[in-house]
Amino acid sequence: MKVDNSLPLEYSTEENSLKILGFWIFLGAEIMLFATLFAVYFTLENRIGNGPSGAEIFEITPVLFETFLLLTSSFVIGLGIHAMRLGNKKATMVFFSITLLLGAGFLGFEIYEFVHYIHIGATLQTSAFTAALLTTLGTHGLHVILGLFWGLFILIQIKKRGLTPETANKSFIFSLYWHFLDIVWIFIFSFIYLKGMM
Amino acid sequence: MEFFKQFAVPHPSFLIYGAMVSIGLAMLAIVVGITYFKKWGYLWREWITTVDHKRIGIMYLLTALLMLFRGGVDAIMMRYQLSMPENTFLDSQHYNEVFTTHGIVMILFMAMPFITFFFNYLIPLQIGARDVAFPRLNALSFWLFFMGMGLFNLSFIIGGSPDAGWTSYFPLANNEFSPTVGTNYYMIAIQIAGIGTLISGINFITTILKMRAPGMSLMKMPMFTWSAFIANVIVVFAFPVLTVLLAMGTMDRLFGTNFFTTDNGGMDMLWANLFWVWGHPEVYILILPAFGLYSEIISTFARRNLYGYKSMVASMVVISVFSFIVWTHHFFTMGQGALTNSIFSITTMAIAIPTGVKIFNWLFTLWKGKIVFTTPMLYSVLFIPLFTLGGVTGVMLAMSAADYQYHNTMFLVAHFHNVIIPGVVYAMIAGLTFYWPKMFGFMLNERIGKWTAWIMSIGFLLSFMPMYITGLDGQARRMSTYSEAAGFSMLNMVSFVGAGIMAISFVLLVYNIYYSIRYASRDIGSDPWDARSLEWATHTPVPEYNFAVIPEVASTQAFWDTKKNGHELFKGKIEKIHMPNNSGWPFIMACFFFVFGFAMVFSIWPVVIVTLIGILVCMAYRSFEKDHGRYISVKEIEETEAKLRGAKK
Repeated sequence: MKVDNSLPLEYSTEENSLKILGFWIFLGAEIMLFATLFAVYFTLENRIGNGPSGAEIFEITPVLFETFLLLTSSFVIGLGIHAMRLGNKKATMVFFSITLLLGAGFLGFEIYEFVHYIHIGATLQTSAFTAALLTTLGTHGLHVILGLFWGLFILIQIKKRGLTPETANKSFIFSLYWHFLDIVWIFIFSFIYLKGMM
Repeated sequence: MEFFKQFAVPHPSFLIYGAMVSIGLAMLAIVVGITYFKKWGYLWREWITTVDHKRIGIMYLLTALLMLFRGGVDAIMMRYQLSMPENTFLDSQHYNEVFTTHGIVMILFMAMPFITFFFNYLIPLQIGARDVAFPRLNALSFWLFFMGMGLFNLSFIIGGSPDAGWTSYFPLANNEFSPTVGTNYYMIAIQIAGIGTLISGINFITTILKMRAPGMSLMKMPMFTWSAFIANVIVVFAFPVLTVLLAMGTMDRLFGTNFFTTDNGGMDMLWANLFWVWGHPEVYILILPAFGLYSEIISTFARRNLYGYKSMVASMVVISVFSFIVWTHHFFTMGQGALTNSIFSITTMAIAIPTGVKIFNWLFTLWKGKIVFTTPMLYSVLFIPLFTLGGVTGVMLAMSAADYQYHNTMFLVAHFHNVIIPGVVYAMIAGLTFYWPKMFGFMLNERIGKWTAWIMSIGFLLSFMPMYITGLDGQARRMSTYSEAAGFSMLNMVSFVGAGIMAISFVLLVYNIYYSIRYASRDIGSDPWDARSLEWATHTPVPEYNFAVIPEVASTQAFWDTKKNGHELFKGKIEKIHMPNNSGWPFIMACFFFVFGFAMVFSIWPVVIVTLIGILVCMAYRSFEKDHGRYISVKEIEETEAKLRGAKK
């Protein structure tokens, strides 16, 4: 394997730079996926049938907690990648661990939120609006769950194998994914919750 | 027993039982055959676990040919059913299932893999690379596609086929109007195959952007690679829409959500809109690589550079953008209002402009060329007028006011077959004939090939021209029969005869393969057509590593320049080559997907959960796996090269 030392570790082999470009293209596909979900949500937003509307079920408190946790985790993973570039294995692992914990906290609030919705009668089957809402939030939530496992696996690999071109590459790609989920959440926060509560 | 009842076919008939028995016997024969010849190990080592783009390509090809015949049998059954008024060969339910599966099989399980075969086989060779960017993902793409295809075809004998048309519009596709599990198969099988297609889209874009030979700037890529690049960009942007759409359809059918229902706020037109937001770009995903193949073939056999290279590229880019803003033309009659219809009418007609540019570029390439009428060239030359005919009727359909007359009639059916058959199918067969010697080391027989092309064209005209007339006279599509008084019988009989003639041409194609395997010369060298681009610069058969030395390129016709203008292609010396290892995991993961899909179709939740965990475990395993590939030593490469050079003489 040819290693180019003039580049950051995550870009240092040809395979690594292929993987990063491939992942950017994958994120392009993910943008289309969420764009479709948003389009569906905006189309069905006011088609509530006999069920509740957004203004009736949204609560600001858990949403603010979720937003705070996820945005912070996105900042922390940035610190993690910075530490990785400095070659500090221990700091990288600490920041990655904090990221995952914050992500798990986010997920906890989201699960609470879902239970709450179902409790007050806004289930998947209630109306077109609830179906679109829960599918959009659920798709984002599933991405976070998958990300938690993925991040955990990478953390274990950094611990076992150190910061190699391979693990650095995986960490960097994971950070792209995590920032992406954060951006999607900003859209969810602005255009689903805030818009719905107004 | 109660449990097994759900697997029974809901509308059994003699035909379905016959098919079951023949499928069973064929499977048994394959298993016994492989066991008898002790080929299981070979199959596993050389094919199932392979990550070589050429072998994966050939597996796509075999799947596509298999599905061509399955979809073809559907077509013949439909034409026979309609050849006489009040025919009772197929009842209306069975007819619904046949036209539904015909559409999906031909578009998604025949044309798509056929094109992906060309992507796989040609892109790395045309850009002078040793493999695709992510060889193992490539294997996963194939196996996901294959399992989706297998699951879809299973519907025929277990549980019932989808019956709501290939577009599967709601509310027709909901549980009330489509009560069998057929539409569940549609939702889930296409989902699995679609994930495979999306992955390969990402793979090919990365390959083309990052792995081109030195000197090959984007504007020096062969035209097929350009068309493949644009098609894959469309894949990456269109297929996620399908993913979401099918997921919502699945939820409506299995979990009782209200996305596309007619009460509780559901909106059935949302399905139609999103389906075509994916579906229209999808037809360009099919046609652009076909255009790419025609460009290669026409310039090779006109013995000229492709005329208007830059305008070819520009027109494809324009088409790819427009493909996303025309979807409403598929349902002008379904209540958008005049303004919306007018806008989509204009964008649709505008697509004729870049397409026209391409037609003229091909004509100008032929102009003053030293044309050699080989079989691939014959298909290409037949394509130009036939496809233009289809394009012109497309512009007729694009006029939204006039479309109220044509909508959902046989006129539409005639139109899209008129673009897909000369556009895509001819390109596939032409490309297959053109690249056959590169793949297998012998040429297909030219005499039989030309007969095939002419018979196919006559059959095509006889089958589809009458539909324009019956369509204008008001024969609706998807009607299983009509009365004698309607007066369609004569023309429909002509259509049936045409379909029979087309069937003969496909049989002739198979005979040609058989004949050429037996009699064709193996002594053809590596460049039998006197072609122009890099894929012909390496040996036949292509060694595992494609090029011993990575070529250096200075024009769009690098190999031609090497032969005629003294360009030096291979400047470096042989070094050890890094290759990826084979892996069984893509196959195993796809098997989990298959069982997962089957369990989803029948809502067997414990199996769904277990297989889902299986899929996740495969992903976790892949995350932890250390696999740095292997090296082919210089000595090995030199031996292979010497052997292949020797074999050439």
